[in-house]
Amino acid sequence: MSARDNILKRIREANGRESGTSATQRDAILARLDAHTRGPLPTMDWEPLPRFKERCSALMSTIDEVGSLAQVPRALASYLKQKNLPTGGACWPEFAELDWAGAGLAIQARPSHGDDKLGITGAFCALAENGTLMLLSGENTHATTSLLPENHVAIVAASRIVRTMEDGWDLLRSERDGLPRQVNFVSGPSRTADIEMTLVLGAHGPFRVHVIVLSE
Amino acid sequence: MQVTSNQFKQAASRKLADPKVQKALRNAKGKLVVARSRSMLELDNFEEIREAAARIRDFGLQHMDVLLEEWEKKATAAGTIVHWAETAQQVNDLVIGIARKHEVRKIIKSKSMLGEETNLNHALEAAGLDVRETDLGEYIIQQFGETPSHIIAPAVHKSKDDIADLFAQKHGRPRLNDIAALTHEARDVLRPHFLDADMGISGANFLVAETGSTMIVTNEGNGRMTTTMPRVHVAITGIEKIVPTLEDVSLLLRVLTRSATGQSISNYLSFTTGPKRPGDKDGPGEFHVIIVDAGRTKLLASEIREALRCIRCGACMNHCPVYQNIGGHAYGWVYPGPIGSILTPAYVGVEKAIDLPNASTLCNQCGVVCPVKIPLPDLMRKLREQQVQKNLRPWSERLGLRLWAWAAERPVVYGVLTRIAARMGKWIGGRDRLLHRLPAAGAEWTSGRDFPAPRGRTFRELYARTRNRRTR
Repeated sequence: MSARDNILKRIREANGRESGTSATQRDAILARLDAHTRGPLPTMDWEPLPRFKERCSALMSTIDEVGSLAQVPRALASYLKQKNLPTGGACWPEFAELDWAGAGLAIQARPSHGDDKLGITGAFCALAENGTLMLLSGENTHATTSLLPENHVAIVAASRIVRTMEDGWDLLRSERDGLPRQVNFVSGPSRTADIEMTLVLGAHGPFRVHVIVLSE
Repeated sequence: MQVTSNQFKQAASRKLADPKVQKALRNAKGKLVVARSRSMLELDNFEEIREAAARIRDFGLQHMDVLLEEWEKKATAAGTIVHWAETAQQVNDLVIGIARKHEVRKIIKSKSMLGEETNLNHALEAAGLDVRETDLGEYIIQQFGETPSHIIAPAVHKSKDDIADLFAQKHGRPRLNDIAALTHEARDVLRPHFLDADMGISGANFLVAETGSTMIVTNEGNGRMTTTMPRVHVAITGIEKIVPTLEDVSLLLRVLTRSATGQSISNYLSFTTGPKRPGDKDGPGEFHVIIVDAGRTKLLASEIREALRCIRCGACMNHCPVYQNIGGHAYGWVYPGPIGSILTPAYVGVEKAIDLPNASTLCNQCGVVCPVKIPLPDLMRKLREQQVQKNLRPWSERLGLRLWAWAAERPVVYGVLTRIAARMGKWIGGRDRLLHRLPAAGAEWTSGRDFPAPRGRTFRELYARTRNRRTR
């Protein structure tokens, strides 16, 4: 018998089902998987957009709001200038056509590599509950762009801010066929408190996360 | 990892006398306990969520076979290569086999407590592989050649100065004196390894049956690097990590991160389903998951199976008055604190961890904070019973209890003996009414502190006198 069979057999024995699970029992268990029933949630007496902005700040992300996508390059340039940050980097292909050069930025549409100081991504959606970005890996939504650069900028439409992670999953199920290789929930800059329990930002991922909300 | 749990008492005494350890523990205790209670205030229905969390975990345990099979089906369909391992040795052999097949030289590793159980790093190094821990705490511990002292804060027993000395020596750079600078130095040193490692090894916080995903919770970003940058990714995980749906994981995360670090959410929650897809520019070409038993089915079949609900938050140890005073190393294996006092005997054998279930005052702080309602004190009590049933207690204790039982069954004898003891105790206690030295098992108590001397009359004498007075 294989290790797999031995382990499954011991599990069945431990649960008093030596003879295995009947088809009816199995169907009942699998029905639980398909139901996507939500557990109890805390009281959420807030509106998604203000809550999202407030929680982003609490996570030490910075946040900006612009009217439309075309306004992003200028808004970003002014943020970078104010913080005295490098103006070159990589973006997801969906933002390739923006007038980055016109705002004085040198942005290339390509996956990020280890030397980039700036990575610009979109987001599948955002979760207001904790100020979280929901990112899907994919052909044109490179996972490295939100991870390797010191500065991560995420562009999110206000209409894509949902309340909870459960809402995020529902949105994913309604718009996509299955999960991508990786779903990453990003909540603020990378951090650690492994030395004397003292919080430091910029452990291995970005030092800064700047979210630009498109209010449209 | 080598089991040294039966040297618990000696190790605990050493830790109590170590000012550096004491200082680190005081610092950590304040921060973790306060942070957790503050963040829990955000959940106005914490008890309701906690109850639901326990039910989700129990569903996973009760239907583990069906859920794992479903998980495997979905994972395989997404291109994941699934392996099963019955023992720690099999885990290490499988990982080494995968590394050999892919001609791997350098491995980056994100935290895995299961990897500590199987002594994976040691096995990989013995096989000639270059393996680097990348979680800052784990990296520090690996450089020191030590083992973690806490499951989520592995280097909590080290001071900034210890780490500054270590880095200066290991990195060959000028000694830094600032925590942020030390953290960023580790970032600089590890970054090239993330970019050129051949293989990444991670654990998993949960396996999602619905989607065939593995998921990890990290703050630093090293977990994302490990699961994305190298060409091969291997995740090792225990069978008990299985959870039915994405909704269930969402609920568990609300209590996990708050219980662990007091964060409403951790920085990175990564759900991985299969290797790189057609067209993807990043991600590993092969994704392996090793599903591990290593004692878990035995625990599932036992009377202390609720311990398998554990989601490894560390709240039980952070709140334990024993852990708070001795730290993690004294427990002598991978998992310290109350949960370690249960998992260690369960996984390595009751006889190899005699002191652990007794290293508790049963105050139930751990039971109150556990986000999945594991009745930790009850489980420790059951393990104590097992020790007695298996005749594992020391002969002196067994003899003492037998003598006591013999006397207790004979009220007249008991009365005489206790009367003698009470009077002798009063006489020896003298003016300061303290006993400085007790015989037999009492010697352990008086080696560290005095024992209040009896006042000359036994409880039964006093009770009889009071009753006589009342009835008169």
